[in-house]
Amino acid sequence: MSNQDPVWILGTSMTKFGRYTDKDLIDLAAEASLGALDDGGTTMADMDVLAAGCLYEANGGVGQHLQKQLGQTGIPVYNVANACATGATAVRTVMMAIKSGEAQMGLAVGVEQMGKMGMLGADRAARSDRQVFERKGRFGSVVGVEGRLGTNMMPGVFAQAGMEYAYENDGVGFEQFAKVAQKNHEHSTLNPLAQYRKAFTLDEVMSSEVIAYPNTLLMCCPTGDGSAAVVLVSDEKLKTLPREQQRRAVKVSASVLTSDPWTEGCQVQPDVNTLTRNAADAAYEASGVDPADLDLVELHDCFATAELRHYDNLRLCEPGGAGEWIDKGGPWRDGEIPVNVSGGLLSKGHPIGATGVANLFEVATHVRGEAGDRQVPDTKVGLAHVIGLGSSCGVHILERSGL
Amino acid sequence: MVEYLKLGDDPHLVAYVCDACGACYFDRRNACAACGAREFSTGRLANTGSVRTFTIVHRAARGVPAPYVSAVVDLDGGGRVKSNIINIEPTPVNVSLGMRVRLATYVTATDDDGNEAVAFGYEPEAA
Repeated sequence: MSNQDPVWILGTSMTKFGRYTDKDLIDLAAEASLGALDDGGTTMADMDVLAAGCLYEANGGVGQHLQKQLGQTGIPVYNVANACATGATAVRTVMMAIKSGEAQMGLAVGVEQMGKMGMLGADRAARSDRQVFERKGRFGSVVGVEGRLGTNMMPGVFAQAGMEYAYENDGVGFEQFAKVAQKNHEHSTLNPLAQYRKAFTLDEVMSSEVIAYPNTLLMCCPTGDGSAAVVLVSDEKLKTLPREQQRRAVKVSASVLTSDPWTEGCQVQPDVNTLTRNAADAAYEASGVDPADLDLVELHDCFATAELRHYDNLRLCEPGGAGEWIDKGGPWRDGEIPVNVSGGLLSKGHPIGATGVANLFEVATHVRGEAGDRQVPDTKVGLAHVIGLGSSCGVHILERSGL
Repeated sequence: MVEYLKLGDDPHLVAYVCDACGACYFDRRNACAACGAREFSTGRLANTGSVRTFTIVHRAARGVPAPYVSAVVDLDGGGRVKSNIINIEPTPVNVSLGMRVRLATYVTATDDDGNEAVAFGYEPEAA
């Protein structure tokens, strides 16, 4: 095959996101993997490569443990960790193996079992032993900086990312951010795979417990457990498969991974914007898809404040116009470009390693016209976006087969 | 409490400044993230600036008193720094985007030998 030929999603599946006390990490990964293999009409014997994305068990050989439940066929396994872009990175790993000609088919799975971890990025408990100040680390600090020199915890970091957008643009404030959460919770009521499926009024969103202003509890994603998987296939191989498999295949028109280029601001506060804009622009260029062509977007709404910025970063609205866009209903499921009809991270959930695969599942399922009650009518092309702090951003554009 | 805060009669922040491109860093770098050069000098930053963004943290890390205001400040003359906005009530009406602030220091902790850790924050310039 030529590396210009597209790669296709042949099969995809995800577990319901939630909290599983009766299943372990490998159970979840196996459920999603077997689902994706079945959906694609394939078996492990057809797979030439496996990539397993998991953040919290990154050194645990998740891919090899998974093979022992699915089939030990001796293929290369890549265990992948890349912050919240872990799942998207697993997908890209398989994609690169296919593009390189080393593989014709591969399985990418993302999985996480977080349970009730509480807030991520929280400082560990204070030590109780005798304390004498001593300069440590690259900042030469003598005491913990969290809470003293601002916050590095997720709700606050993303609150600041949103408030920076409010600083730079008119028409953006607490209410616009809250509308994002109202929308995603409402959308989740139609998704049987979502961790939470409860609608809230705007007033309920705004008056729930403040976590890090302007993010209230209902504007923060939950921790949780879950897995999602895709089977990818080369263009050459797909065309040897039965007609029905070709018809249901979803074309990966663009697959882009970026990290954050140097900006002044990113030295003190993660810059979630520049790398997202770079990834989106590269994906639009590679696919020839214009933002206005998109029928559906699943983007990384870890916090409501983040989603609003990404409307602009992904070019879904006029530059600077994200506040106005949500005010007029642009990202609602019956709006101009439906965003996070799955319920998004805010309500569908965010088992970290699974997230960047689950959003491909969601877009692919709509593109195939198989999304049931939450189907966005006549979806031909959609975009999936994830971002992990540090930072890493994955953008995929998926299109209907036409085969 | 951090090496980039210089105390004494005139508390101020210093940064590692890349000799080649002028990029500023508060932490020690092996090479410049902007241009790759390896030589740095130390430069003084202004004590005044304006609030670029903020959040009011209500649910904080263990042991951290809340609520408090975390902010990123654009310093006059260049440089951007993250710290708390202090000496105000931490409510949305008291903090605004673009608000003028100045550096202020305070004792944040004392160790078992009686050494004090001095932190810095920013307080409204008008106060």
